[in-house]
Amino acid sequence: MSFLTYIINGISLGSVYAIIALGYSMVYGIAKMLNFAHGDVIMVGAFVVYSMTSKMGLNPLLAIVCAMVFCTLLGMAIEKVAYKPLRNATSSLAVLITAIGVSYFLQNIALIIFGSDPKAFTSVVTMEPIKLAGGELTISGEAVVTILTCIVIMVGLTLFINKTKAGQAMLAVSEDKGAAALMGINVNGTIALTFAIGSALAAIAGVLLCSAYPSISPYTGAMPGIKAFVAAVFGGIGSIPGALIGGILLGLIEILSKAYISSQLSDAIVFAVLIVVLLVRPTGILGKQIQEKV
Amino acid sequence: MKKLKMKEDTKNLLITYGIVIGAYIIMEIMMALGLVSYQIQGLLVPLCYYVVLAVSLNLTVGILGELSLGHAGFACVGVFSGTVFSICMQDVITVGWVRLVIAIIIGAVCAGIIGFLIGLPVLRLKGDYLAIVTLAFCEIIKNVVNVIYLGKDSAGIHFSMTDTASLGLAEDGMVIIKGPQGVTGMTKDANFTIGIILILITLFVVLNLIKSRDGRAIMAIRDNLIAAESVGINITKYKLMAFSISAALAGAAGAFYGHNFSTLNASTNNLGYNMSILILVFVVLGGIGNIRGSIIAAVILTLIPELLREFSEYRLLIYSIILIGMMLFNWSPKAQEWKAVMKERFLKKRKNEKEVQ
Amino acid sequence: MKAMKKLLSVALVAVMTLSMLVGCGAAEEATTWKIGGMGPLTGGAAVYGTAVRNGAELAINEINAAGGIGGVQIEFNFQDDELDNEKALNAYNALKDWGMNLLVGAVTSGCSAAVSAESSVDNMFQLTPSGSSTDCIATGNAFQVCFTDPNQGVASAQYIGENGLAQNVAIIYNSSDIYSTGIYEKFKEEAANQSFTIVAEAAFTNDSKSDFTVQLQQAADAGADLVFLPIYAQEASLLLTQADAMGYAPIFFGCDGLDGILAIENFDTTLAEGVILLTPFVADAEDERTQNFVNAYVEAYGEIPNQFAADAYDAIYILKAAIEASGVTPQDGVSAICDALVATMPTLSVDGLTGEGMTWVATGEVSKDPKAMIIENGVYTNLE
Repeated sequence: MSFLTYIINGISLGSVYAIIALGYSMVYGIAKMLNFAHGDVIMVGAFVVYSMTSKMGLNPLLAIVCAMVFCTLLGMAIEKVAYKPLRNATSSLAVLITAIGVSYFLQNIALIIFGSDPKAFTSVVTMEPIKLAGGELTISGEAVVTILTCIVIMVGLTLFINKTKAGQAMLAVSEDKGAAALMGINVNGTIALTFAIGSALAAIAGVLLCSAYPSISPYTGAMPGIKAFVAAVFGGIGSIPGALIGGILLGLIEILSKAYISSQLSDAIVFAVLIVVLLVRPTGILGKQIQEKV
Repeated sequence: MKKLKMKEDTKNLLITYGIVIGAYIIMEIMMALGLVSYQIQGLLVPLCYYVVLAVSLNLTVGILGELSLGHAGFACVGVFSGTVFSICMQDVITVGWVRLVIAIIIGAVCAGIIGFLIGLPVLRLKGDYLAIVTLAFCEIIKNVVNVIYLGKDSAGIHFSMTDTASLGLAEDGMVIIKGPQGVTGMTKDANFTIGIILILITLFVVLNLIKSRDGRAIMAIRDNLIAAESVGINITKYKLMAFSISAALAGAAGAFYGHNFSTLNASTNNLGYNMSILILVFVVLGGIGNIRGSIIAAVILTLIPELLREFSEYRLLIYSIILIGMMLFNWSPKAQEWKAVMKERFLKKRKNEKEVQ
Repeated sequence: MKAMKKLLSVALVAVMTLSMLVGCGAAEEATTWKIGGMGPLTGGAAVYGTAVRNGAELAINEINAAGGIGGVQIEFNFQDDELDNEKALNAYNALKDWGMNLLVGAVTSGCSAAVSAESSVDNMFQLTPSGSSTDCIATGNAFQVCFTDPNQGVASAQYIGENGLAQNVAIIYNSSDIYSTGIYEKFKEEAANQSFTIVAEAAFTNDSKSDFTVQLQQAADAGADLVFLPIYAQEASLLLTQADAMGYAPIFFGCDGLDGILAIENFDTTLAEGVILLTPFVADAEDERTQNFVNAYVEAYGEIPNQFAADAYDAIYILKAAIEASGVTPQDGVSAICDALVATMPTLSVDGLTGEGMTWVATGEVSKDPKAMIIENGVYTNLE
């Protein structure tokens, strides 16, 4: 029975990673940059919900919508101020470093506003845990909601990209910015839209993360951010189903290696598996193989 | 024309060495006169460490053109191999600096070997995928170091991966590595002079490599891999060469740094992912491929948070704003245009002045 | 590129010059006690550093308002060490430039040990409020306010064994934390002499301290009826929430790190019902000293103080007692002050928030009694 519990916990943790990884993946696919501040946008989203539900007593759903709006605006503002001026810089590393600066900035702003002491986060999920097999197997409400949300987001996003004009524009920009501009696509607008969607997803991920692991501090987003980045590369960065597969696999490996091998080496095992995967498939599980042209 | 360029190169080299030696002489004189605060004196060894790390990472990022997010991992190997050697040899080699020099060499060799072993499989990957694999290795190194328990007693060296009790040390034994609490029991052998010598050696290795035949081959790979391959450059060999040298220098720096503390542990912030990122920040801010820039950026970015101490909680916030500002100012095409315009105006003015004279 | 280099060079020179100037002006004739402190003010452990700074500040303000130590006012300077040994040494050097006479710090064991290597060279008196590892006091010039970790581990194991709380015990500890592993090792050692058996040991690390489901599951599978938690309150609050979600309800037993769990903002305190902890300080204690401290702290900083704040508050009063007993003045110089205080400390007996009649042995270790507390109806209750 405990094996099944581990599996369910792994999938639940993996679903959160998957939603965060989606944000990384989309932004990478289009802007070709690793947005290191993504993990901290998650933290901001969670803090918005925390302030609205626990401090002001608002309805959790309303709070989540507000957090999404706030993070969307924040994501677009970051893009405009910190990333856009460097889009045509001579080295793609410049914007990477700026993203790190933004990450420090968000963490320290949160530190000053909310203080350093971690706060308990009241779960927004009110569902009762499901008890199976005569109470031996318990599935928490958070796990169910997280997994369902993850699936809904994946399906919704796939439909959005394949069926709408804006989604097609995103695909075009990720293929070739110059050609997309020539076809009359508003490249800047499309990139801003990507950041907006990625940040809104980060808000949702933040709420789910803090509901499942109910503690929030200015550094809440940092570690899940790195893990989700790994998940995105795992599955093939730039690919939506890849983010899902990468996230879930990462969650499962982490929980199972913690349970059966060593809780102290679980991160090392996750990274070792990642290395093996990349050596076999250099662009991740579902990544596109790019042929080098002369 | 060619001759003139050569001269320019030599002049550039001399300026780089000159800055380091000049800084050393000035600091020594000022310290002798008692003009330097304790805070700055305490920062000299870490500054040397960061400079060596930045210069050595620039070899991978700037000269080889591959992004590495795991540079601190090699420093971590250096810290642990170097300090363990020193602690074990405390009774055998009693002269501090001799022990330190050997420890630095051991750190460099260990990190170089690890770098070679890691580079062998992963250098086939490209760009961001290579970056994340280096990050993964750095985290693995940190995690593995954190579960090692090592002790010594009259019966020899004891090793365990669970806790200090299971080392089974005799009465006279001492614990050298206490898992996540890191290595303890070093004597403080590192000093500014050895640090500067280490910087000079690093500069010598890196700058000479750049100017050598091998260096040109490495840069050819960076600029166009396929073209380099087609003219018969052995890609794997040169990539591995640059990567291992860079790792070895980081290991040397790590061994040096470890000897500045009585105890040191490996965490994400000091020898893990966050530190790797910080070194990369030095390199990019100083200019990718620009060795002198790396030195200056490492010094400035290490000093800023220290000098902002009076702002207490606000200091890292200010630091992050300065970092973003400097990046935008140095790298955005618009700012570069503006700088070019300003420069032109300035130069024109000077030219006019000269003509008037 | 060239312009940039020039700019960087100019900036470098400016920064260097500035830093030189910072160095000057210190080491003036001292007419006040300059007490330095350090601890993490940023980063994941900032909560402990902030608590220590506030607690010490509160005590200093009280003493200054009452006329200082023998008429000499106290100045206080608290520096951020980011929980990093290198930054801790930087903070120490910055404090030396400021003209520090006495050091209250560091907050954490690792930094405290790293700094004491340096402070012993200067022969600077060091009193760590919360560095609990024995490494912190290895150098002779350093004393502790809190219990050492081995003491807590042994006391916990004895308490569980002697009171027959449980037969099967599981331990969940943070292997990357010096405090947690220190207690864990001694607890395990002492458990061999006690009536209970340890059925499961599960560790977590600083990088993975949000998900405890695996560790709890292992404890439950092993049939543990008591889980020993030598960890901090924030981690424990998460762990209790997750145990509740799993429907696992053994006895939870913790050390002084668990103190503050009821004060975590927004934490559902019913989950902590029945938790037993050995702690020298509880914010709900009825005595006048504690009440006054808690009220003043809440008024000044808007939150309920934890044991770190209480340790720091005591540290300042211990320094005051030691200075008064030895009769040193700030003009004596760092080394003479240190020698006098080191000689005085073993003769002192101080009543504080964290213990009545605290005494010290010459090695720097404090002697005071932990109290066993149980959380009942959302408040600490003495467990006799």
